Amino acid sequence: MLLALAVLVAALALLPLGYIVGYTVDVGWSGVRELVFRPRVGELLWNTARLVAGTVACCAVLGLGAAWLVERSAVPGRRVWHVLLVAPLAVPAFVNSYAWISLLPGLDTYGGALLVVTLSYFPFVYLPVAAAFRGLDPALEETARGLGLGSWAVFWRVQLPQLRVAVLGGSLLVSLHLLGEFGALQMLRFPTFTTAIYDQYRATFNGPGATMLAGVLVLICLLLLLAELRLRGRAAYAGSGRGAARPHRPVPLGGLTVPALLGLAALVALAVLVPLASLTYWMGTGSSSALPVGELVATTGSTLALAGGAAVVTTALAFPTGWLAVRARGRITTMLERSTYLGSAVPGIVVALALVTLSIRATPWLYQTVPVLVAAYAILFLPRAMVNVRSAVEQSPRLYDDVAAALGSSAFDRLRRVTLPLLAPGLGAGAALVFLAVVTELTATLLLAPTGTTTLATAFWSATSGLEYGAAAPFAVLMVLLSAPATVLLSRDARRGMTT
Amino acid sequence: MSSLTVQDVTKSFGPTPVLTGIDLHVPSRSFTALLGPSGCGKTTLLRLIAGFEDPDGGTITLGDRMVSGHGRAVPARRRGIGFVPQEGGLFPHLSVAANVTFGLARRERQDGGRVRELLALVGLDADLAERSPHQLSGGQQQRVALARALAPRPSLVLLDEPFSSLDASLREDTRQAVSEALHASGATAVLVTHDQAEALSMADQVAVMRGGRLVQLADPQTLYRHPVDLDVATFVGDAVVLDADVRNGLAHCVLGVLPLEQPSPDGPTRILLRPEQVQLGERTGGLPTARVHSVDFYGHDARVLLDLPSGLRVTARLDGSQLPSDGTEVSLSVTGPALAFPAGSPIAAAVPGELTGLR
Repeated sequence: MLLALAVLVAALALLPLGYIVGYTVDVGWSGVRELVFRPRVGELLWNTARLVAGTVACCAVLGLGAAWLVERSAVPGRRVWHVLLVAPLAVPAFVNSYAWISLLPGLDTYGGALLVVTLSYFPFVYLPVAAAFRGLDPALEETARGLGLGSWAVFWRVQLPQLRVAVLGGSLLVSLHLLGEFGALQMLRFPTFTTAIYDQYRATFNGPGATMLAGVLVLICLLLLLAELRLRGRAAYAGSGRGAARPHRPVPLGGLTVPALLGLAALVALAVLVPLASLTYWMGTGSSSALPVGELVATTGSTLALAGGAAVVTTALAFPTGWLAVRARGRITTMLERSTYLGSAVPGIVVALALVTLSIRATPWLYQTVPVLVAAYAILFLPRAMVNVRSAVEQSPRLYDDVAAALGSSAFDRLRRVTLPLLAPGLGAGAALVFLAVVTELTATLLLAPTGTTTLATAFWSATSGLEYGAAAPFAVLMVLLSAPATVLLSRDARRGMTT
Repeated sequence: MSSLTVQDVTKSFGPTPVLTGIDLHVPSRSFTALLGPSGCGKTTLLRLIAGFEDPDGGTITLGDRMVSGHGRAVPARRRGIGFVPQEGGLFPHLSVAANVTFGLARRERQDGGRVRELLALVGLDADLAERSPHQLSGGQQQRVALARALAPRPSLVLLDEPFSSLDASLREDTRQAVSEALHASGATAVLVTHDQAEALSMADQVAVMRGGRLVQLADPQTLYRHPVDLDVATFVGDAVVLDADVRNGLAHCVLGVLPLEQPSPDGPTRILLRPEQVQLGERTGGLPTARVHSVDFYGHDARVLLDLPSGLRVTARLDGSQLPSDGTEVSLSVTGPALAFPAGSPIAAAVPGELTGLR
């Protein structure tokens, strides 16, 4: 029964991917050649590639450097810096983009795009690397020092190889987010695949042009996933001892303390202070035209309702697969689990496009209805729920079931008194992360929301599209406020819900 | 309280046979230890008895009630068997009191007196009742787990290596408390362990398992003094194994002419001595001599490794008061009879100290 459900969930997750593949086969090789081998596609490819490469490089350097300073150096105020370095995650990339371009309209260049997305995405590298630094066994470094290595050699030969998995994982996350990023880049008028697909879709509805562009985008995502798997290899560095690692002795910075502090301060100022200042400025400017309280309340209400529904549905969908992946580990269950992750690596614009087309063709009565929108959210955010469901099931091993059974407890009784209480916190955390992701979801919502339904993100979007920066500000502020709790969750446990 | 009878039980996981025909009888109110190296199938047998898994063949009977076999399997929850898993397995979301009363009927769960009584049975203070499991030490967790298993008054209690994760200092106290609680409750108990010292000191009878079979079922003293083969002999304690020649009922070996515990036909044989049978003395003529290779001092006693002129190395166990120093020449004598086994009996490589635990 659970297995059948898990298969259905995997099928749902793979739906957009299957649609793209099916469509490509339908179009045939000559069609693909005609639609894909065009100068326009080459231009988009070049734009996308240089933006991804530049952003990944910048994020890796910033994330690694900041993580080393916070976790390993004696820089003052390390805890405060940690929170401040995670804080950019509370500002959705498209809000950050709005904050910058509304102040500096000249940012619509490669450099501007690189600056804005790097500031939005570097925490994706910072968080896992900081966690990896914390997990490194100081004994290894001490051994290396004992063998005569200096600080720099220790970093290069001992720490960096162990951080490889974290840096690669973070970089993959940055790349996948960037490939799916629509709002931020559209606002910066920097065309990539995602924005081009959107424009095509708006111009010709579901023409083959948009779908083929989506095909290329999906191909890039899959290649990245494969490359990451290959590069990561079998790099599972198991600790050779058990128990909590001893705390590290921070490396004194000496004369470099002031430059390090200035660097961190500059990064935080650009990534956090600028967006907040910009939002504050536009709130002040916009308030001259009186706050539209009624509209704000209605939009917040529909956003919360959608996010709540999506959180419950997505967590429920993640449950069978997450349960089986732990309790009935095997090739089939592992494959089912992987396929949900794979399905979610597809950018939001592609998921939306696939669902629009499929619902129009197969189930016209579902087109532009809430169920389709919720299905899109579920496909996009399943991994956030899955990671948490999985770890919750791992916290509740079969042993407890056995013990309870030996004490005379029936299957239903065990579910009520043992299994559910043990799973509840994990299920709750997963649902919360999905909830908060939906609150700031823009791309799929723009394409799939029923006519007349506006969320905070789409209301913000339509205001900025008309360049009404003041009117957009209150929606942005609400989204930032709603995202803050997720950021706190992430800063505590870097592994949770970081995927997609 | 009822007896447990296991008859011809077999179990395979896929193509791998784990149990190949186990027969075991555990008398009512007795304490039986299932002893064996890891991978011998002892934990699987325990899980079959508990009802967490079903055997491929054979029967399991509790008292006069067959719980498994002939195509019927009573589910675990209807067997009335208490189970204490390896690390306690306390429900992490419940307090100590709620853990202990988990198996009781709803109205009994509120009875604070019952909780106090059960905690007292395992030697714990009633103040612990409201604590969370993670606030307890490993030994306390094991005792709570036992109290929880005993609460519904089971006819049989199964303990799966309950002391293996405890520190040596805690282990002794916890063993003591568990033994006393089991006696006080009058429960029949089966303990799985790979620690022969634990099995010998706690149990009324020990069942030695090897490769999915039960090789010997005996009380601890018989097991130590009359092991069925040299493999069991070396598993349950340190051993001195020597080749000997039997003539007229006496074994002639490098340590002299020794009497035999049981008559053995003349001819080549292999004999077993325990290290405590080997005595050291001033070097005198007429007795075999040896050079002291090393002394492992444990405080209450010591183990002396001795090199014989033939190159053979034997072990002696002495009390810790008078110990030779390394390199001295001593003469050896043997007290008590030797045990004879067929010549060429295979002996498991005796890893000094690892399996003994008698220190």
